[in-house]
Amino acid sequence: MASNKVYWKNEADLLPADSNIQQLRDNEFPTEIPVDEFLGDKEGLSDSKTNRRDFLKYIGFSTAAASLAACEGPVIKSIPYVVQPERIVPGVANYYATTIANGFDFASILIKTREGRPIKVENNKEAATNGSANARVQASVLSLYDSTRLQGPLSNGEPVEWAILDASVKSKLGALAGSGKQVVLLTQTYASPSTDKLIADFTAAYPNTKHVTYDAISEDAALNAFEMAYGERALADYHFDKAELIVSFGADFLSDWQGGGYDAGYSKGRVPKAGKMSRHIQFEANMTLTGANADKRVPLKPSEQKKALAALYGKLNNSRVSTDLSEAVLAMVDSTAAEIRSKGSKAVVVTGLDDVNAQQLVLAINKMLGSEAMDTAAPKYVRQGNTATVKQLISDMKSGNVGMLIMDGVNPMYTLPNASDFAEGLGNVDLSVTFSTNWNETTERTQFAAAANHFLESWGDTQLKKGHYSLIQPTIRELFDTRQFQQSLLNWMGSDQSYYDYIKTNWTESVLGTDSWNKALHDGVYSSEMSMEVTQEETASEPASDGVLSGAVQSLASASSEGMELTLYSKVGMGDGQQASNPWLQEFPDPITRVTWDNYLTISRADANELGLVNENAANGGLDGSYANVTVNGVTLSNVPVIIQPGQAKNTIGLSFGYGRKVGMKEEMQTGVNAYALYNDFNSIQSVTVEKAAGMHEFACIQLQNTLMGRGEIIKETTLEKYNTEDPHEWNHVPEVSLNHQEVPATTVDLWESFDRSVGHHFNMSIDLNACTGCGACVIACHAENNIPVVGKSEVRKSRDMHWLRIDRYYSSEDTFQDDNIKKDEFSGAFDSKAGFEEMERAAENPQVAFQPVMCQHCNHAPCETVCPVAATSHSRQGQNHMAYNRCVGTRYCANNCPYKVRRFNWFLYNNNDEFDFHMNNDLGKMVINPDVTVRSRGVIEKCSLCIQMTQKTILDAKREGREIEDGEFQTACSNACSNGAIIFGDINDEKSQVAALKKEDRMYHLLEAVGTKPNVFYQVKVRNTNEA
Amino acid sequence: MKKVLYRSQISTLFSFLLVGSLLLTNNLFAQDQAAAEAVATEADASLGGDPVKGKQLFNQNCAACHALDRKMTGPALANVETRLAEEEGLDKEWLYSWIKNSAGMISSGDAYANKIYAEYNQAAMTAFPTLSNADIDNILAYTAAPPPAPVQAVATTAEVPGGAASSSGITNEVILGALVLVFGLLVMMLILVNTTLKRIAEANGVVVEKAKAEKRMPIWKAFAKNQFLVLCSVIFLLLASAYYAYGWMMQIGVDQGYQPIQPIHYSHKIHAGDNKIECKYCHSSARVSKHSGIPSLNVCMNCHKSIYEYKGNPEGPSAEDLANGYTNEFYTAEIKKLYKAVGWNEEEQRYTGESKPVEWVRIHNLPDLAYFNHSQHVSVAGIECQTCHGPVEEMEIMYQYAPLTMGWCINCHRETEVNLQDNEYYEKIHKALSEKYGVEKLTAAQLGGLECGKCHY
Repeated sequence: MASNKVYWKNEADLLPADSNIQQLRDNEFPTEIPVDEFLGDKEGLSDSKTNRRDFLKYIGFSTAAASLAACEGPVIKSIPYVVQPERIVPGVANYYATTIANGFDFASILIKTREGRPIKVENNKEAATNGSANARVQASVLSLYDSTRLQGPLSNGEPVEWAILDASVKSKLGALAGSGKQVVLLTQTYASPSTDKLIADFTAAYPNTKHVTYDAISEDAALNAFEMAYGERALADYHFDKAELIVSFGADFLSDWQGGGYDAGYSKGRVPKAGKMSRHIQFEANMTLTGANADKRVPLKPSEQKKALAALYGKLNNSRVSTDLSEAVLAMVDSTAAEIRSKGSKAVVVTGLDDVNAQQLVLAINKMLGSEAMDTAAPKYVRQGNTATVKQLISDMKSGNVGMLIMDGVNPMYTLPNASDFAEGLGNVDLSVTFSTNWNETTERTQFAAAANHFLESWGDTQLKKGHYSLIQPTIRELFDTRQFQQSLLNWMGSDQSYYDYIKTNWTESVLGTDSWNKALHDGVYSSEMSMEVTQEETASEPASDGVLSGAVQSLASASSEGMELTLYSKVGMGDGQQASNPWLQEFPDPITRVTWDNYLTISRADANELGLVNENAANGGLDGSYANVTVNGVTLSNVPVIIQPGQAKNTIGLSFGYGRKVGMKEEMQTGVNAYALYNDFNSIQSVTVEKAAGMHEFACIQLQNTLMGRGEIIKETTLEKYNTEDPHEWNHVPEVSLNHQEVPATTVDLWESFDRSVGHHFNMSIDLNACTGCGACVIACHAENNIPVVGKSEVRKSRDMHWLRIDRYYSSEDTFQDDNIKKDEFSGAFDSKAGFEEMERAAENPQVAFQPVMCQHCNHAPCETVCPVAATSHSRQGQNHMAYNRCVGTRYCANNCPYKVRRFNWFLYNNNDEFDFHMNNDLGKMVINPDVTVRSRGVIEKCSLCIQMTQKTILDAKREGREIEDGEFQTACSNACSNGAIIFGDINDEKSQVAALKKEDRMYHLLEAVGTKPNVFYQVKVRNTNEA
Repeated sequence: MKKVLYRSQISTLFSFLLVGSLLLTNNLFAQDQAAAEAVATEADASLGGDPVKGKQLFNQNCAACHALDRKMTGPALANVETRLAEEEGLDKEWLYSWIKNSAGMISSGDAYANKIYAEYNQAAMTAFPTLSNADIDNILAYTAAPPPAPVQAVATTAEVPGGAASSSGITNEVILGALVLVFGLLVMMLILVNTTLKRIAEANGVVVEKAKAEKRMPIWKAFAKNQFLVLCSVIFLLLASAYYAYGWMMQIGVDQGYQPIQPIHYSHKIHAGDNKIECKYCHSSARVSKHSGIPSLNVCMNCHKSIYEYKGNPEGPSAEDLANGYTNEFYTAEIKKLYKAVGWNEEEQRYTGESKPVEWVRIHNLPDLAYFNHSQHVSVAGIECQTCHGPVEEMEIMYQYAPLTMGWCINCHRETEVNLQDNEYYEKIHKALSEKYGVEKLTAAQLGGLECGKCHY
């Protein structure tokens, strides 16, 4: 029986009348391959001279030719110099002393150059002040090779000759001379005697000139307070190494507070010596680097910090100050006051509150104490911005009083909270010129974008601190058609002098006296004794009267503290945001949150719960966070991602500057939100409202486990009291293992025969957890030295970050890590411990924090070496665990077998790959690559080598000179970068070496000692000074 | 494109023959020159100076800045005495005082002295107070009538070795021809003997059995039947081909013998061989750096400011050189290439500033993953350059002598005993290690020279 059944696929099939269905059925493949088009034309085909056989011949020939050609090796050209510069030997590095002074970061540094290319920043150890490079300064060398730099001057976005720019500026200067309109120089802080003189000369030539200094992140309050007290617009300097007690009210002095550079001195006082170390009490809202290092941290709203400061002043001054602080805080203030009293001149109080009253009080307290740590005789000049004049400038611009605006080192369209006012004002300015290294928000709006030199291409000088001068010298010729601001000023003044000559003349006339210019240039720094003496007398100016201060106390004590308060801060990695297009810095994990490629709102867990804001881990492990809208004074930043931050004071939030830049940046670099929009009245403390917004943000956070869960053997710590009184075995307990049913110290049990390392060098590294502040300079230094690739946000989110050196940050889940250990030990039974451990995953409300730099531990009995199937990783007699990249086949067994998780895998080719469009993908960016270290390819493991290229070089130098190696000659990139003295590297076979002595210290321990890997990196137990008074 | 040199034995044979024939022609040339000098001496005796001594003095004192027939740092000096007398009216006394103290004459305001000083970029001539008037006479005699340049001598001798070479070629052919003849005769004799024997056999009635041979199985069938043999030979063939394939593949990327054509024909043979210039005079960074460095052109100009032409070795170009076109003119043209690259104006003896860097083709090329440091080997270990680079002083065109493979490196590190004497760095290490291994001399391997990370990082 024939079937009449019709099978239908779709309801519409049942209506055969529907022509659409028919059509769809017929045209299952939408377009036919147009065979006829090229085969249908028979005539054309037959006329063609190429027949099928010829076609095959061509194919055959070209295949054969291609494969033959592929057999040939490439021809490599070598092009020597025509005239080789005297001091350049190919293959030998030269070092030049210079200074970074970009308006935010000020440091005396050394630049390592190879074949004329600057490739690395090192600390200038001869500098008495600001001789240490922080993470941003370490990374600044890469900004020199930024492919998005301006390559020549632009006029309204179109390339233009310098001559035309000069002519327009000069004619305008001439035209404005008679009119009542101003010529305004809006610049960064230079702290430069020569630039000051030059601007004075320029003003003399064009008397209608006005100089306005503008700091993106202002220290106006501190400057004003200092000016009131000491008659000079500067910042007091602090020697934290001389302080036995440091009390800070919201001052993040380990990062960028008042220009930064205080961490080396701080660390010096933090290492217990002869049973003594400094004590540090921190009152703050955000969890900062400084708070994380404090012995006692008190989370307080900024307004309450003001009250606490006022109350403290009252206690010390024996005057009654009534505040509405809670009992607990008042008790804390009382005990702090008692401690300060007992320490007297050995105590110091600092504050980061953007409030002139608070700054005044602090100066008064230190003066009252006679604090040895505060130095007002030789103050610092690293911040000079004056917000009043900036405000005045904007109103002048708006009213059309400004004829010409010349800007250098500033980006007001990005950094001003009222950028729209500035833009409006710019419209009324006849001629505007912006000196900038990059195309940015401001160059976009101004008539001329004058391509400026990077600081490594510039001449300059600075006086970072009274009497402490330093020089900026170029380490490479201008890469592009750029010119620095000072040289342009000279040109516009009609002078044909070079800025170099100008500085030299100025120095020989007024700085150097009889000392040598060449020596000063060689050293990069110069301290003048004479000017120091002069300042001694100046300090005798009258102190602020009590009347003024009591007013200050009153206003602080009555600060209103309702609602939420926002504290804006600068992140260690990004600062004020001028290096936002630097991939090293974007990928640098924040020391506290460990988040890369973002800024975010930090909020306490209690507030987050109230607002319904969450952090959670996605299925792939990545961290997700809610979005929030933040409103300050009518300005709303929407969709700010939220991080729940342990230690954040209740009813406060934090947000960092430096992100949210868009103009002139590669798309991947356009991260975060612009917090300057909320920087109302240049005050970092704002009253704020927060509400939840829809959606979740994907973070690239490299540490997902935030607590130690009571595993005290990872970060060992103790209190100063125990350290002083108890046997080291008590607080630095060597783990025990069971051998033949007896508990024995783990260090005595060994599976392997030990290797004889007594001959030659045996490298060890000591990491002092007391001296390490977690600043991360070493991370970037390692990045630069070892050609570590940048992998981008999405890869970091997949935990594929490539940093050879990471700084783990742990929070305690109880109040202290000690309590964690106790809690863990007291678990009884599986259920108890399961519930307990779950609890311990969560950090405490105000946790203790510990930082731990971890790189390859170079185990003498390395687990990675035994599992490599191709012997790509092997051990050396010198204690370094070698990694032969070309031998590695990428099984990743080693990474899996490494107890420290320090091995990194090249999941992709990170150079010459458009998918990773960072510095290694363009010729300019590749100039930063260290020629002594292999650039790794896809599919191989890499890891810390203890900078074997540096140790080998030291050895070779000694061999060539036929001498023994002295202690201190052996260095690694991280030990060189660490001005805190936390990382000490050396040869333990040299008994006189510092590292050999450190290995015998009571505080010495190895990471995961129980595993028996016998690492060549060791740590020093962290000691906290919990002694109250 | 890579061209690889395999030094054939025939060419070696040829060069030996050439050297032999050149030795024969040497005497002839020496006689020529002696005769020419004798003539010159005779001619100049009347001028009051000895041109032979003068030549020696000239070469010692003047040649760095002066040539006879061309401007260099200073003016051309041929017939300087007569030229000055005729053009400027200056006598020999002027010359004496000028040579002994030129600066004094300039400051005293002598007109011609100042003119010359200005003309030659205000480079004052070195004073020669040690030269006596007689010495100056000798020099002037030499400049007045220099001994005839040995150019003709070279030209005449050039033909002789050519002839010698061709004659030696003929003898070779004769020998070969004779050998072929002898061989042919032998073959003929064998055939003849064979036929004669056959005839004798036939005559004696001996029948050669051919039928038997036909019954035997063909050898290939027998082979195919013997499976064991087949198996063995297949295994053998496989092993052999694997061996050769391995050998072939292992030489991929090994550029031993790589001898590219360079933009300037620079002869190490002339510089390091004939003129015995120390390697590290030009490759100075080998002492202190990982790179040996290709000398920058200003280093070339240290000498080539005054060496503007190639005069050949005294024996004149060899037949082999001539066959390759390496004539004196050829080399001189290469020097001109250098001048062009460095931007040197020969006429005016100054740099024009228009330079064009030379793009040499790199010969020795280690992969990026291997770290090699010249100074370690040259300065610390004191290894001769030739150990790795071969007989550079004999290389007309530079080529890669060593394979530069890791096996080659390792082998040397295993075998070479390191010189640790008089190096304070090694003192302790040497003592401890020699005790440990019980040897007096240590190899690089015993010092840790085989560890991966020493070269790969």
